[in-house]
Amino acid sequence: MAKIIVDVMPKPEILDPQGKAITGSLARLGYSGLSVRQGKRFEIEVDGEITPERLEQATQAADSLLANTTIENYVVRVDQ
Amino acid sequence: MRVGVVTFPGSLDDVDARRAVTLTGGEAVSLWHASDSLQGVDAVILPGGFSYGDYLRCGAIARFSPVMAEVIKAAHAGLPVLGICNGFQVLCEAHLLPGALIRSDRRTFYCKDQDLRVESTDTVWSNAFTPGQQINIIIKHGEGNYQADAETVKMLEDENRVVFRYINGNPNGSLHDIAGITNERGNVVGLMPHPEHNVDPVTAPTRDGIGFFESLARYLGALASRTQGGTA
Amino acid sequence: MSVDTVANAKATPQVQQPWAELGLKADEYESIKQILGRRPTSCELAMYSVMWSEHCSYKSSKVHLARFGQLEKTTPRGPLLAGIGEQAGVVDVGQGWAVTFKAESHNHPSYVEPYQGAATGVGGIVRDILAMGARPVASMDSLRFGKLDAPDTARVLPGIVAGVGGYGNCLGLPNIGGEVVFDDCYYGNPLVNALSVGVLRHEDLHLAFARGTGNKVILYGATTGGDGIGGASVLASETFDADGPAKRPSVQVGDPFMEKLLIECTLELFQAGIINGIQDLGAAGISCATSELASAGDGGMHIDLDLVPLRDNTLTPEEILMSESQERMACVVEPANLGKFFEICAKWEVLATVIGEVTEGDRLIIDWHGETVVDVDPHTVAHEGPVYQRPLTRPAWQDTLIADSTDKLPRPQTGIELADQFLAVVTSPNQADKSWVTDQYDRYVRGNTALAQPQDSGMLRIDEATGLGVALATDANARFTMLDPFVGAELSLCEAYRNVAVTGAEPVAITDCLNFGSPEDPEVMWQFSQAIDGLIKGCQALGTPVTGGNVSFYNRTGEVNIMPTPLVGMLGVIDDVRQRVKAGFRAEGDLIALVGPATPGTGGIDGSAWAQVVHGHLGGKPPQPDYAAEQGLAKLMIQAAKDKLLASAHDLSDGGLAVALAESAILGGLGAQVALAGDDFEELFNERPARALLSFDPEKRDVLTSLANAHGLSLQVIGRVTSIEEISVAGSFSVSLVDLTRAWRNTIPAALGIGGQD
Repeated sequence: MAKIIVDVMPKPEILDPQGKAITGSLARLGYSGLSVRQGKRFEIEVDGEITPERLEQATQAADSLLANTTIENYVVRVDQ
Repeated sequence: MRVGVVTFPGSLDDVDARRAVTLTGGEAVSLWHASDSLQGVDAVILPGGFSYGDYLRCGAIARFSPVMAEVIKAAHAGLPVLGICNGFQVLCEAHLLPGALIRSDRRTFYCKDQDLRVESTDTVWSNAFTPGQQINIIIKHGEGNYQADAETVKMLEDENRVVFRYINGNPNGSLHDIAGITNERGNVVGLMPHPEHNVDPVTAPTRDGIGFFESLARYLGALASRTQGGTA
Repeated sequence: MSVDTVANAKATPQVQQPWAELGLKADEYESIKQILGRRPTSCELAMYSVMWSEHCSYKSSKVHLARFGQLEKTTPRGPLLAGIGEQAGVVDVGQGWAVTFKAESHNHPSYVEPYQGAATGVGGIVRDILAMGARPVASMDSLRFGKLDAPDTARVLPGIVAGVGGYGNCLGLPNIGGEVVFDDCYYGNPLVNALSVGVLRHEDLHLAFARGTGNKVILYGATTGGDGIGGASVLASETFDADGPAKRPSVQVGDPFMEKLLIECTLELFQAGIINGIQDLGAAGISCATSELASAGDGGMHIDLDLVPLRDNTLTPEEILMSESQERMACVVEPANLGKFFEICAKWEVLATVIGEVTEGDRLIIDWHGETVVDVDPHTVAHEGPVYQRPLTRPAWQDTLIADSTDKLPRPQTGIELADQFLAVVTSPNQADKSWVTDQYDRYVRGNTALAQPQDSGMLRIDEATGLGVALATDANARFTMLDPFVGAELSLCEAYRNVAVTGAEPVAITDCLNFGSPEDPEVMWQFSQAIDGLIKGCQALGTPVTGGNVSFYNRTGEVNIMPTPLVGMLGVIDDVRQRVKAGFRAEGDLIALVGPATPGTGGIDGSAWAQVVHGHLGGKPPQPDYAAEQGLAKLMIQAAKDKLLASAHDLSDGGLAVALAESAILGGLGAQVALAGDDFEELFNERPARALLSFDPEKRDVLTSLANAHGLSLQVIGRVTSIEEISVAGSFSVSLVDLTRAWRNTIPAALGIGGQD
């Protein structure tokens, strides 16, 4: 089945406590010089072909529900 | 004073909010998330809890429930709305209040008797306090860290729309120690602390939550006499 | 892919079956064949193997638990409404209210996956309470870990605490108390004992039945997936083709939001009066629910397994029967009520599916793809499992342990040394502030919490109009139980009794959660049997019946068994929660007094916190219980609470007077000046039972003294509450309350960090 992927990330300027914790944890494990931000990935299964209309539909879903655009950015793409 | 308390799937403190309304002399009206009627209430409380499991983001799914469409409409028309904890998160998701609440900097759920300062008494829900008054209200949340862009925070501060601020320690990392804010008009207030818990000395360390309900009663009283005055 | 049908089982008697891999013994497999008159199908084998497991059948403990039957089924407040054998015991607390409470262990899953293990432990016990028709109203959790500074504790503890909180908070159940204990013996085998309490009106009590031919069997709640059936893959590999089954997770994952909906939905179904029988799905899932429901009723049952809604379509029928997917319930409903049933489920967005019906006869028949894969007498699955009379041996080392008393340990020689040891004990991990843990739990939700941690017991208001309430405490003293399992169990019971009593509530009944090592070790079985007898003696003496319980065996790391840990959950009743007594000092100038047996007992240093903290020592004899004094103390406390004679009360237990004094001062934010009769060291650190530390207005001294004497106790004023921020023991030492408080609060955060995940 065809899939659309929506990646949601906290905006760069917004604090990401979870990412910060993971970064600290990695450093303690010896993985220095890595900086993590934690986001979400949504996999949306689509009936039939992925058309521009479908993509537009997913974008609207991302904008209204999947992401909170006050604090998060999103990217909509087709799963390859 | 008829106060509607909304129950979403996963609401938890709706019982407590209804009890607080009744204890302070009001009539509590249960509002169901799937209904599009506010039953003519004088005010609405969005209670604490984990609406829809808080699975997408806190309050994100509840915001699209039928009852919220009515709450949003009524809030714009001036209906008093109080969002407590999860209710505050719903109000932000619904854009009735600016900003967002993210995971607390300590990254755990945190339940505490929290000191607050009342920063603004110019709202429907805080007019019975005195400006600068120190109160103690229960907090209990994992995602109460208030975040907004610098411009929004400046606007809130400049317009005296930070209603409650954490003092003697910030429990969650929120910007400017913000515990609660209001909209421009002062009828919509959202805060992370739980005033509905602080109404009975047997079950809470203080009764400082009563002021919220007294504020509403005062406002509604004034509104009624103004309306009567207008028609006389 | 072929399915092993009943017809096939009859036709192929010689087929080799993986009974050993499923945990069955040869004779158990033989008796299944005898019961059926043929070999079991693989589905039947799945059912018998899970239902006859130690966890579900209590096969090693049954003969011992049966001795609880000799106890009266009456509490000080009247007869039990339901007792052992139901999902949970039900106690009449007066005014038409009943309370049901039960504790359950989730030790092993919590070691494997701390967050989910602990979370699903909470979920499981809450469904037990719900199945009694009660609204769950609070939780408590008793947690035991390896040493605080052990590396694995840093993994296990934050995960377990977050799991308990994450699940319980999301259900809207206040967490009102419990324990957090550290001991090396739990390293690699933490104990997670979750207690849930529910409230109902007498008329709403529901028991599991499945009567009425033609009534429908409904499965509702979450869909069924591969959770917790790691073991069943042995069976799947028998029935699958060459490519084999997908790997099944042995960990269950919880969905507290689903459970919250399940609670509200179920209570509304009860309210509508349309549930004829109900059973929660926990361990052994559908196997357990169908066999229990069917054997509790007066008919048979037919189930069509194809109707079970699945989350994973690759599940085999054996796996569906064994799945431990969470947040599911099964119930029996009359056909006429189905419409109403589905309407209520739809309101709460809970999936409900008819999967079968009650039939004539007494067989449980399960079909899959139109063929019968199970045809059994459900009673043989649910209740006629094997019963073992396992060998018992008093350990040879027991006498060596008893002989190794604390007499030879050096005592502090100077006031400075005593002060250092006082600080060391009070701030040791077991005595230090537990807020790091308990602040991750919501203790306020539902607005009826009258007491929560760090008070001696949790207390809930049941009736808002009259103030009627219940108090609950959980205690186990594994160190005393190691020294003497009989006496240690008695003392654990006494401690729970006392913890409830000092808050002003009347102790009425217990539930237990018995955590032991391997039952195949005769020494462990001896400990177990002794502990049961100790509990029976204690319950008889105190008049508190056992309403139910849980046994967890096989708690060990490698070959080393844990110390025997019999957890007692005590329920108390208080007529008005406004009369409750708290532990912290309240006012400067109040007198501080020690109340206890008129003739002081002896011992109490062996097995004490002092011996553990200062010398790393465990040996000798535990102190003797004093039931008359425990009962006298309870009566005194109930009366004193009613008459508002007390400013504070705190029981003496782990760490003795030293810890009671320190905690009363810290919680009240007030200092104390005391002078002790006798040897200061003995007075501060002995852990003799039946004692409490009180504070009160000097004007109340005479009336309290005569009240204590009337109950056969002595009340000895030892000092005064002061506004000077120090605790001073005349002639020995004084310590700064500020420093003490800081150190007491800092022990656990210092070891685990603020959020615990760094």
